[in-house]
Amino acid sequence: MSGFTGTGQLFRLALRRDRIVATAWILGLFLYAYSQAASIIALYPTQADLDKLARTAAGVGANPAVVALQGPAYDASTYGGATAWQLVTPWVFLIGLMSLLLVTRHTRQEEETGRAELVSAGVVGRYAWLAASLLFVLAANVVLVAITALAFIAMGLPVTGSIMLVVDCGLGGLVFAGVAAITGQVTQYARPANGMAFAVLGAAFLLRAIGDSATELSWLSWLSPIGWAERFRPFAGEQWWVLLLPLALLLVLLVAVAALLVRRDVGAGVLPVRLGPPAAPPWLRSPLALTWRLQRGALLGWTIGSAIAGLSFGAIAQDMVQAAAEDPETAKMLARLGGAGSITDIFLAAILSWLGMLAAAYAVQATLRLHAEETELRAEQVLATAVPRTGWAGSHLLVAAVGSAVVLATGGLVAGVAHGLRAGDLGGELPRVLGGALVQLPAVWVMAGIGAALFGLLPRLVVGGTWAVLAVVLSITTFGEPLGLDRWALDLSPFAHLPRLPAAAFTAAPLAWLLAITAVLAAAGLAGFRRRDLVSTA
Amino acid sequence: MMGATAISVSGLVKTFGPTRALDGLDLQVRTGEVHGFLGPNGAGKTTTIRILLGLLRADAGQAELLGGDPWRDATALHRRLAYVPGDVTLWPNLSGGEVIDLLGRLRGGLDPKRRADLLERFDLDPRKKARTYSKGNRQKVALIAALASDVELLLLDEPTAGLDPLMEASFREVIADERHGGRTVLLSSHILAEVEALCDRVSIIRAGRVVESGTLAELRHLTRTSITAELANPPDGLVELAGVHNLVLDGTRVHFQVDTARLDEALRRLSAAGVRSLTSQPPTLEELFLRHYQTEQVATPAGDGQPTREGER
Repeated sequence: MSGFTGTGQLFRLALRRDRIVATAWILGLFLYAYSQAASIIALYPTQADLDKLARTAAGVGANPAVVALQGPAYDASTYGGATAWQLVTPWVFLIGLMSLLLVTRHTRQEEETGRAELVSAGVVGRYAWLAASLLFVLAANVVLVAITALAFIAMGLPVTGSIMLVVDCGLGGLVFAGVAAITGQVTQYARPANGMAFAVLGAAFLLRAIGDSATELSWLSWLSPIGWAERFRPFAGEQWWVLLLPLALLLVLLVAVAALLVRRDVGAGVLPVRLGPPAAPPWLRSPLALTWRLQRGALLGWTIGSAIAGLSFGAIAQDMVQAAAEDPETAKMLARLGGAGSITDIFLAAILSWLGMLAAAYAVQATLRLHAEETELRAEQVLATAVPRTGWAGSHLLVAAVGSAVVLATGGLVAGVAHGLRAGDLGGELPRVLGGALVQLPAVWVMAGIGAALFGLLPRLVVGGTWAVLAVVLSITTFGEPLGLDRWALDLSPFAHLPRLPAAAFTAAPLAWLLAITAVLAAAGLAGFRRRDLVSTA
Repeated sequence: MMGATAISVSGLVKTFGPTRALDGLDLQVRTGEVHGFLGPNGAGKTTTIRILLGLLRADAGQAELLGGDPWRDATALHRRLAYVPGDVTLWPNLSGGEVIDLLGRLRGGLDPKRRADLLERFDLDPRKKARTYSKGNRQKVALIAALASDVELLLLDEPTAGLDPLMEASFREVIADERHGGRTVLLSSHILAEVEALCDRVSIIRAGRVVESGTLAELRHLTRTSITAELANPPDGLVELAGVHNLVLDGTRVHFQVDTARLDEALRRLSAAGVRSLTSQPPTLEELFLRHYQTEQVATPAGDGQPTREGER
């Protein structure tokens, strides 16, 4: 077995290198699972509550959008079954994400940076590096599911069922470690390797989303490892044989990866490196065009995220009426979200505010690209050409401003269509929801303006400062009222001043104020940037 | 407003916190010359170039570039110059060809024939993504973008640091062509052979000041020639001769350095003793350079354009 010589040492190297990253992943995924189970136990203290939940699950569970995102509810009348309903689909997706990122980090990224070459020159077998990485990811998964199972058992869930649930999810996620092992052989760089593996994970999620929500296409779910994890039916009559599917697929992937590994050189990929165009397209001739080229990928990602959020919230807004009618606690919770109007409108106003905060996070991230370009010395090259400073910085601010409008409009549009179709009044509901989304824009822009002002005036604080301000604003907006903060503290958030459409009436004055504040912040930032030295290191 | 000087700098001061990166720097670059800007890392070369580009603002002193103010007229001046940074970072997902075209267009256009010619001379595949380029190849991208632009002035900050000897030779050819084409070049470097091969005039910078400036011939005049000779008889009067240094006498073998101004007299004394063989080595720039840096090891090397946290502490 000389091909595996050194596996143990490389495994320990991986442990040493990733003690923080892997621990953070495991802890985060554990807390996610723990909080799902804990909130169900807390929210439904009696069997009568659980039975009501099971009925709701059957009702909400018939909602195709909910099923698409969360998977089918097999039996929500026990704590275990309700937890499995909430947990399995998103958890397997997240474990898959962790597994694929960790595998790429320890295989292809090590080769790309040349560190693997250094090690492979030592007494290390051909398979050792890959074997150590896969063992490491396996270990991470084992630790995660073990502590999760212990927590479930400690919370009083049945022992066998808890173990079966976590093993089922762990195996489903582990399949994607195998996928990333393959994509790491195929391409020469970590980014495309992650991209391809993530595309497979996304396809697996999508296949079962379609299969779960459309009965005539339910066979599609059988093509997805995430679908298998659902169909194992944890806490709802486990189908033992289903576990053979991920095991068999993992075995096939491992054999394939071993075959690929011996056919290529260290540092090379099976696929040739994809080449780019030998010349720039005609439109790539201005700072704005460059900024668009650099930022379009991120904008697409945030827009898709906003659409998914809009779909999931918009699709359940109508069900909130029913939920509130059945459960005074839900009604009270909704009333605490604030505003007047119908329960549906209050809920809509709340979700549109969440969309606004999502767009604010995008706007901050897009604005901070200025700082990254500057400190990584790419701005220097652009500014040494005939591009004025305000033109360069302004192009990034413009993309942030227009991009956040696109993110909001997309989320609002999808939420409006989803809610309109459920409510049976698409023409009436869509403009109300879309308007409620777009009204967030001035507050979103204030956040980008704070980033711009710090960039121009206090460039050393811009990254930490802007994210900190955003975190404070989001906390005040989300938890301020439940925590009983004073009015003046609540008013620190620009989102507090927005009219709560569609639950309240439209008022223009606060929007005008927020726009004026944005303009002042952006102008101060640009003026400061024109006057200061370029910063060359972070 | 094209004068005889392309760059005229006097008394330039730039501090980063307590660090004085430039300490009264003077620099004159004449139109049409290749000017070597010589100094070790941290002497202030990059800081000077960044001020000339309007990326940094000088604390004191005057700077004039192509007849304009580098800070105030930055955008207009940048149409007439091209810059190659010492540490080239590119956008990882753009191809080399895209970056070359983009930088050229932002500068006001580039010559497609010259672009093709330079790609061939520097043996660069423009289809590769910038992520996959080595340091040398990233430097080639910036060099081609700069050299294919139709500009009057090239500001090159250690442009060959990552190039292999073959490409370094190509670079020298290209710069020689540029000189014939009448372009002005400020070439910052710590590679002395490169500066000796390419430059009409040289300025040597140390700790934020220019300590020596002139043509290579003028600078050589200030230095010493090494002489090794095999004589018929032991020489007379070499020891007392002013301008002779490090004399080693070994019977009829003699080795010494002599100030270039005293060379004639020293040779006369040697021939009086009867010369059997003689080797003379002209002063290299390296010796000149080392002399400036060895005589006085200043303990405060200024940050080479690094307004880093250390600088601000």
